[in-house]
Amino acid sequence: MEFFNNSVVPYFNYWIYVILMMIGLHAMITKNNLIKKLIGMTIFQTAIILLYVSIGVKSGATIPILAHHHDDHGEETESAHHGEPDHGHTEADAEAHAKAGAPSEVEKPDRPGDGEYEKEKKDDHHDHGDPHHDSHAVNPDHFANPLPHVLMLTAIVVGVSTLGVALAISQSIYRNFGSLEEDEILAKIKQGGSGADV
Amino acid sequence: MKWFGLIATVFTGILLLSAVPDFAKFGDPNSPANGGVGDTPSVSQYFITETYNDTKVPNLVTAVLADYRGYDTMFETVVIFAAGIAIFSILRSFSGPVIPSHPPTVDTSVHGDHQRIIIGMTCRLIIPIIQLFALYVVAHGHHSPGGGFQGGVILGASFILLALAKDLNAALGRFSEKRYLALGSIGVIIYAGFGLAAQALQRNFLDYEILHKIMPATDPIMARSHSMLGVEVGVAFTVTAIMFAIYANLSSKGRLEQGL
Repeated sequence: MEFFNNSVVPYFNYWIYVILMMIGLHAMITKNNLIKKLIGMTIFQTAIILLYVSIGVKSGATIPILAHHHDDHGEETESAHHGEPDHGHTEADAEAHAKAGAPSEVEKPDRPGDGEYEKEKKDDHHDHGDPHHDSHAVNPDHFANPLPHVLMLTAIVVGVSTLGVALAISQSIYRNFGSLEEDEILAKIKQGGSGADV
Repeated sequence: MKWFGLIATVFTGILLLSAVPDFAKFGDPNSPANGGVGDTPSVSQYFITETYNDTKVPNLVTAVLADYRGYDTMFETVVIFAAGIAIFSILRSFSGPVIPSHPPTVDTSVHGDHQRIIIGMTCRLIIPIIQLFALYVVAHGHHSPGGGFQGGVILGASFILLALAKDLNAALGRFSEKRYLALGSIGVIIYAGFGLAAQALQRNFLDYEILHKIMPATDPIMARSHSMLGVEVGVAFTVTAIMFAIYANLSSKGRLEQGL
């Protein structure tokens, strides 16, 4: 129990990913069917991606997207949150955080077509001399680490490309040998020669 | 073989798990990756604090992906394109005996007709919305989670939906092989073009700041934001084309005549 509390619980994400990795590795080694091996490879890649993304987690931090403080026209759009009731977010949270000066947790997409609507709402809530938008420094502890997300975007894309090429090669193997089972393919190769078409 | 695999897997797992206590605890803001080592701040702290001042882009992930690590993303686009070309060269066959993979299973009874009407009508209604959403995701990569890769996959998926619901030929009628190969190439050329434009203005490759000279009415900081949008559009083009190319080639065994 002591071992569980000290070694597993604070590192539970690594335990999950190592187990997932080993499941994928086991599938790649022991399965006979080529497609099952590819699925094992995909599971392995997924475990690696999750591992890196989990390294960038900070407890109590939000997603690595800054709430929009100044749009291109130099107006405040912090109160853009007030003007978007159909998004289903808790507006009270956004207001509390915006007035507290911390970077807002809720992020809204910028819609230039709604500039008029936002301007009307803005005049009710903020005057221009708002103190906490001048000296605004971004606290790194409030945002999750963006770097692992970026690296894993590349990893996901490369994984998809590799899977596509692997499936194409599997189709080509099937066309040549008539089977996708590893032992049958090896037996046919040992018998000497494959089909002539590639 | 299976016992050996199991033993090897378990042994590797135990080895990896014995190294786990050396990692940072889950959610630790002072880990070497998040906070830096000793007095040296990590590079991600620079990204979080200075990205808005450098580029005026709120989405830190897109800013790092398309600007600070733009060279890496360009080659990622090239990897996708190369995968499409590889699948094309492995599978694509233009001649040879036409072996139907399965007899065409078009159900011509009344029940089948109704099914096709329902599916066809649903696709006709929803595919434009999917494509519009994909363009929204690409365009709003600066402010919300999104960007070129995500929007490109959604746009490619809309064509795959058309191919799945009706027939591969219906989708190829709208997105023929010439078109998608050309679109994939254009995407990579757009991305490299931004880099070469920066080089032509005597700065480093993919140095977006100097592009404010050829973009009307921008300062160097906004030039980085606009160039990021430009390269994301290039990425979206390539990803769209290659996603559909992979599906078309894999589902028709390279013949592009009859899909699944």
